Amino acid sequence: MDDLKRTPLYSVYKDEGKIVDFAGWALPLQFAGITQEHKAVREKAGLFDVSHMGELEVKGKGAEAFLQYLFTNDVSSMKQGDAIYGFFCMPTGGVVDDLLIYKFSDTHYFLVVNAANTAKDREWLIQHQGEYDVEIIDSSSSIVQLALQGPKAESILQTLTEENLSEISFFTFRRSIQIQGIPCIVSRTGYTGEDGFEIFTDAQFGISLWNALMEAGKPEGLQPAGLGCRDTLRFEAALPLYGHELSDEITPIEAGLGMFVKFHKPSFIGKDILYRQKMQGVERKLVGFELLEKGIPRQGYRIEGDGEDIGMVTTGYLSPTLKKPIGLALIKQEYSAMGTEIQVVIRNKRVKGVIRSKKFYRHQ
Amino acid sequence: MELKQDLLYTEDHEWVRVEGERAYIGITDYAQKALGDIVFVDLPEVDDFLEKGDVLGAVESVKAASDIFAPVSGTVLEVNEEIMDEPGLVNSQPYESWMICVGMDSLDAVEGLLSKEAYEALLQEEE
Repeated sequence: MDDLKRTPLYSVYKDEGKIVDFAGWALPLQFAGITQEHKAVREKAGLFDVSHMGELEVKGKGAEAFLQYLFTNDVSSMKQGDAIYGFFCMPTGGVVDDLLIYKFSDTHYFLVVNAANTAKDREWLIQHQGEYDVEIIDSSSSIVQLALQGPKAESILQTLTEENLSEISFFTFRRSIQIQGIPCIVSRTGYTGEDGFEIFTDAQFGISLWNALMEAGKPEGLQPAGLGCRDTLRFEAALPLYGHELSDEITPIEAGLGMFVKFHKPSFIGKDILYRQKMQGVERKLVGFELLEKGIPRQGYRIEGDGEDIGMVTTGYLSPTLKKPIGLALIKQEYSAMGTEIQVVIRNKRVKGVIRSKKFYRHQ
Repeated sequence: MELKQDLLYTEDHEWVRVEGERAYIGITDYAQKALGDIVFVDLPEVDDFLEKGDVLGAVESVKAASDIFAPVSGTVLEVNEEIMDEPGLVNSQPYESWMICVGMDSLDAVEGLLSKEAYEALLQEEE
């Protein structure tokens, strides 16, 4: 554990949290327990240290055109203060990474990428820089990112700032917001299926920000939350995780995320194949399913239909909110219709399941 | 970390309570702590025959499934339905929450299992 990277918050949770190796980072898997933290985020609020996420900045006159070429969503549609979700794809349509792009200005964009992919993404940007007039900066190590998530997130954060947070709508952000005197970027985004904020600040303010939020959130039932419930929460909301629902071998169209791929754009890497998949259909598709018998589906378990191998579970849990064994799976398109019966192979036993909507949970 | 004197243990963090030819099998306090909240226990059927080392089932936390290996060979005589209905008992009472009871062919089957002291030493090494 000693050779793992640590975020600036490590000393705050090293005794309270159960620390695990996540993509080379020493991060808390859980504090009070995954189930309890999951419930806190659904009903009240949870605070996550997600400083392991990578931050890359693209600056310069060519920034918009450059990102338009690399990114599947439409960067030209963004106003200053907008955040947008999408993918860097390879010419094969496989995903290099899924990320959020924040528009600081016409010549300055801020990219939030997966921790495990940060170096790869930076290389990808540099490799395609070519004639574009851009500068690529990796700010990952100087930035702390905290995620305050749950129905009480706004009322908790509001006690610490003069800014009217209700004016920050979903997928927008503001820079230079003072949170108890600490300069932050506050973004109404998240990875839990709940309302909430992702807050960025300079690494040196990380611990003060964490402590201020925990203190302010105490009366509302705010709990420190770990990676364990981050995964169960995002899963119930059918938010994809790179390495599970997306990878260099799974395209956004197969993953059912075509709404983040904009074909009206003149050209971007991967467009041809993705367009063909969209028009002609795909051979395999990401679906949701529920088990009808006892068992818990896990990533990598095989799925059978009519006795044949038809695909694999990408994520599965005994859902903490629904209390049912549910999963996401990448399977042959012929079996993807709602209500289709499948079998999940769990320790050599065939457990009966049925295809259902993958939006397992939607917040009220 | 709680340990019991009258039990035998395995390197896979299981315990075995021998009553004549019957062996009751569960997981140790160390194992339940490492797993976290247990939400599901998958067990074999009565009359299944298990060879020592076979995967007899699994204990599953929210996060992951962890296989349980048969510490002795024999036929499954009983399965603890109570922990299937209430898996959290394995967390709160690991040494009362036996999972299955196996009828051993011979008492030699327990050879190679660890004493409390040997298991304690193993835990210290893992620390």
